[in-house]
Order: sequence, then structure tokens, then C-alpha cells
Amino acid sequence: MSAQVHTMRSDASATRRRLFGSAMTYSFLVAVAVVYIFPFVISIITSFKTEPDATANPLSVTPHPVTTTAFHQLSADNDFFTWVKNSIIVTLSVTFLRVFLDSLAGYALARLRFRGRGAAFATIVAVMAVPGVVLLIPKFLIIRQFGMYDTYYGMIVPLLVDAAGVFIMKNFFESIPVSVEESARIDGASLFRIYWSIVLPMARPALVTLFILSFQGSWNELAHFIISAQSTSLNTLTKGVAQLASGQLGSGNRYPLKLAASMLMTIPVAVLFFIFQRRIMNASEGAVKE
Amino acid sequence: MATHVAGLLRRREPGIRGHEAAAGWLFLLPVIVILGLFLLLPIAMAAWVSFSDWNGNGSPLGAHAHWVGLANYRDLLTTPGLDQNNFGEAIRNNFYYVLLVVPIQTAVSLFLAVLVNRRLKFVGFFRTAFYFPSVTSSVAITILFLFLFSPSGVINKLLSYLGATGPSWMYDPDGIFHLVAQQFGANASGGHLANHVFLGVTYWDWLAGPSVAMCVFIIMAVFTTSGTFMLLFLAGLQGIDESVNEAAALDGASEWNKFRHITVPMIRPTLFTVVTLGLIGTWQIFDQIYVGSKGSPLNTTLTPAYLSFDTSFNQNNWGAGAAIAFILFGIIVFFTLVTRLLTRNPDKVPRRRRFEPTGPIADSKLSKVEA
Repeated sequence: MSAQVHTMRSDASATRRRLFGSAMTYSFLVAVAVVYIFPFVISIITSFKTEPDATANPLSVTPHPVTTTAFHQLSADNDFFTWVKNSIIVTLSVTFLRVFLDSLAGYALARLRFRGRGAAFATIVAVMAVPGVVLLIPKFLIIRQFGMYDTYYGMIVPLLVDAAGVFIMKNFFESIPVSVEESARIDGASLFRIYWSIVLPMARPALVTLFILSFQGSWNELAHFIISAQSTSLNTLTKGVAQLASGQLGSGNRYPLKLAASMLMTIPVAVLFFIFQRRIMNASEGAVKE
Repeated sequence: MATHVAGLLRRREPGIRGHEAAAGWLFLLPVIVILGLFLLLPIAMAAWVSFSDWNGNGSPLGAHAHWVGLANYRDLLTTPGLDQNNFGEAIRNNFYYVLLVVPIQTAVSLFLAVLVNRRLKFVGFFRTAFYFPSVTSSVAITILFLFLFSPSGVINKLLSYLGATGPSWMYDPDGIFHLVAQQFGANASGGHLANHVFLGVTYWDWLAGPSVAMCVFIIMAVFTTSGTFMLLFLAGLQGIDESVNEAAALDGASEWNKFRHITVPMIRPTLFTVVTLGLIGTWQIFDQIYVGSKGSPLNTTLTPAYLSFDTSFNQNNWGAGAAIAFILFGIIVFFTLVTRLLTRNPDKVPRRRRFEPTGPIADSKLSKVEA
């Protein structure tokens, strides 16, 4: 009897401890979340402030007065639309072509049997290991040598394939059953036709993952555009906004303008992120388990 | 009938395989051509440039470039001068950046992953909040941090509420180890440590630690990458069998002991992945420096990646720029191999030492005994 009471009492204290524990966890999580979210919130608010207000009251969450001057300045400036246009051209070309070419190569490496396949795959893995920053000067040299410097071609073509994408697609194709393709093959369908109308539709999850990675990667790319073009008419958002950030031009710190530009630049990636949130989270999990 | 079909199939087989080889190479062709032309060929070309005196005029393959042997590498590594001095400073700055960012981001992301791995309400919201900085561009994040850490900015305002006066952050070239040493009465000029020089930088300056300005980049790196690594850890944590933790809890193991003796050993592979990716990434810091500081103040945020770019594109010393890129490549390969060696060994040793059934409990018991 007394033992039973004892157990009940310790149960109650355990529950109390657990409640206390989860209250602690929540307060802690909220505190950390504030640290992660607040910088974005304050930058959005600041983009609606006047410059003197932003400088004098950087922490205030109520712009006084509320102004859209920064956005007007950006839209009055033709450069900003040029940057947006270039970012869209480059990102869409890179993303669609990269998804297509990477999946094509991934399919060949996963499914087609031919001599040299192992060597080709080994080369692609080795290429993955070369750090990107090391390649900046080499890429500039070759782009110039090919006469592609300062053109869309120079900005787009070197980004068209990435070894990591080929790797992801190969792994995915190896994880889906081969039987459907086999029967199509027996029916005499051509290999490209099998790839295009049977394999690709089945590979949608991996294609979406690759699409997100490529879109995010090329939209946020800066270094490659610095070395592949110099005309202001070819500036992408990243390059244009980066120049906005470093150009002081003696006209104050211009934080509302810079933050407004960075915020606008972040919108497409943020939208993509929120649409595919679940998939993004799972995608990186899947990639690690491999 | 059946044999007839089989016979047909067998007869068509070589044909299909023949097509298959052609199709295989055809499917691979675009990837191979682009990787070859824009990766392998340029590496060979840059290797040549790093042994030449090319100054940006004409083609590096033409009459404007001359073979100079190891001169560019010597200027960086052994010949005293401005090139060597800049290179030494860049290596020092990036070294401290790596030394602080890699452990802190690994610890923070693991900690966040453990927090959001529980069955809690709104846990999805927290995961999203922690991951969001990872998807934004380095340009936007750098501008945001320049704003937060401007001398009269958000951070210093917060510090003033706490009664502290913040530094001028991006304008402050003082090394934080120097600042601490001076608190303890060290000579600001470094005494005899200032008389010895390695890679054009005095011993005293090697010990400066990251500058206050570099600390802004360090905080920024932890802020932006912890979300990505949190997801990697989360995947590892979800692979841990819940029953192991429950059994440990029944035995009265504390949260810390569970973490130390169950979680950490079980996610060891992920841990090494995160450290390796961290090392590779932090040695390549470029965008943030380009947008945020261009190496200022007093070269204390200069990094090899930025120096390589600046030496080539702005100073037209392409040979030295390419040489820096290759040395950086060597550094990254070196650290990757070292981490790989470290990941291989712990796996092999316990297997021989293990007398109990495999698994985390066995390991944790073993380590408890040893401790």
C-alpha cells in the first residue's frame, strides 16, 4: 500500500517535472526563434523607414513616418528592372536545362549498360570534390578564351550541369523499380522515349528537389556572374545589389534602400521555400541517408 | 510459342545493347562536354597561368604569357614582400574564421536539431524558422548583417540598453585575442613576438585572433549555415531507435548522459559529414567578403579566396592569383583528407575492442567503464 502511494507520488512529481521541462523547452525555442526571425522582421520594417529614422532608431518596430521611398527609388531606377530581368533569364535557363541534362545523365548512369560507365561516374564524383571558389579564375580564363565573356552564354553555359545533380538523379533512378521500363523496352520503345514519357514522370519527386536546388543556387549565385560578365546591362540581382551595398557615393548609409532591395531579391526564393517546405526538409534528409 | 518469343528476344538482345551503349554516351554527352570544357580544361589552363607572368593582356596561351617556373608560388610562400604579407594575413584571417565557425556551427546546429527532434506542437514552425536563413542569398544576408552591426545599428543599440558600449564592428581591425591579452597587461606592440616573422606576418600578429570585424562574418556564418546542418543532424537523430532512449530513461539516465552516451555515438557519421562540409565551406568564404568588406579594415577580413580574385582581376597579377587558388585547393584537400582519416579510425578500433553485442548501449557501457 505504502509502496503504491510512493509510486503515485513520484508519478505526480515526474509529470510536474515533465511539464516544467516542456515549458522550459518552449520558452527556449521561442527565444532562439526570435534570434533567427527578428533580423528579417527588422530589415523589412527598416525598408519602410526614412533614412534618418533608420539611422537614429534602428531598433524601433514602428517606422515614423512610414514611407515607401526606398521602393520608389528602386522602381524609378531602370537598373533594378534590368537586374530582375537578367536574374530571371539566367535562373530559368539554368534551372530547366540543368534539371533536364542532369536527369538524362543520371538515367544513363543508373540504367543503361555500356562500357566506360564506371569511369564516367568516377569522373563526375571527382569533379564534385573540386571546391567552387578555386574555379573562379580558371572559369574566367576559359570563358574569355571561348569568346563568351560578357555574354549571357558565359553566364549560363558553365552553370548548366552540376555533378551533384547528376549524383542525386542517379541515386533516385536506382531506387525505383526497373520493371516498367523493361516492358516498354520489350514493346520496342526507343530509349529516349522511355526516358521522356515513362521514367521522367516517375521521377517527379527527385526532379522537384533538383529544380528547387538549381533555382535557389542560380538565383543566389554571385561569384560566377562577377567573373563571367562586366557590363552593367548584364548585372543580375545579386551582382547589382552587391554593388549597391559597397557603393557609398557619399549619400549616407542608404540602409532602407539596400534592405528593400535585399528583401525584394529574397521573395522568389522565400516563396519557393514556403511552397515546397516539406519537400525541402525531407530532401536533405534523403540525401544524407544515401 | 514461348520458345519462339524467347528466341525473338534473344535475337534482339545484342541490338538493344548496341543501342544502349550509343544512347548511354549520347545521354551523358552534354554533361561530359560541359564539365570537361568548363571544369577540367580551365583547371589545366589556370595551372599554366600560375606558372606564368600573364598580366591579363591577350590570351594566356599566346605570346603575352611567359613561363616563370615557381616564381609566383615563391612570391607567396618564401620571398618577403607585399604578396607574401597579404597571403599570410589572408591565411591567418581564414584560419581563425574556420577555427571558430566550424565548432560553433556544429554545436549550434546539433543543439537546434536535438531541440526540434522532440514531439512538440509547432515544431514545424521552429524548424522552418531556423532553416530559413539558409535559403536566402549571401548578398541579402551580408547587407542585413552590415545593417545590424553598423556602429549605431541594432546590435549596439541593444548593447546600450544593457549598459555596454559596442565596438564599431566592421571598422574595428583589433584582433580579439590581442584585446584580451591587453586586458591582462600585455604589451600592445607584442614585445619580442613582433621580431619573428612567418609568411610575412609577425608571430604576435599570428596570435591576434580574428579581428572584431571578422567576428561579424563569424556570427553571420553560424546564423546562415546552422539551419542546413540542423537538417542533416535531424535526419541522423531520426535514425536513432526511440526504444534505446526509453531504456536509458528507465535506467535513470539523465538527459545529458543520454545525449553524451547514446545520441553522440549514434550520429557520429553525420557529425563528421557536418565537420567536413563545414571545413570545405569555411575555407571558401568569398561572397560575404566581396559584398561586405573587400578585406578591410587593415586586411583583417581578407581571405585567400578574395585575395585570389583581387590579385587577378584588380591587380592583373594573374599568375599569383591562380597560384593562390591552387594553394587554397591544397588546403581544402588536406583538411578533407585529415577529417576522412579521423572518420575511418574510430570505426575500426572499437570493432576489435568490442566484447559485448554491438550497438549503442554496448558502446555507451564501454565508454562509461573507461570513464
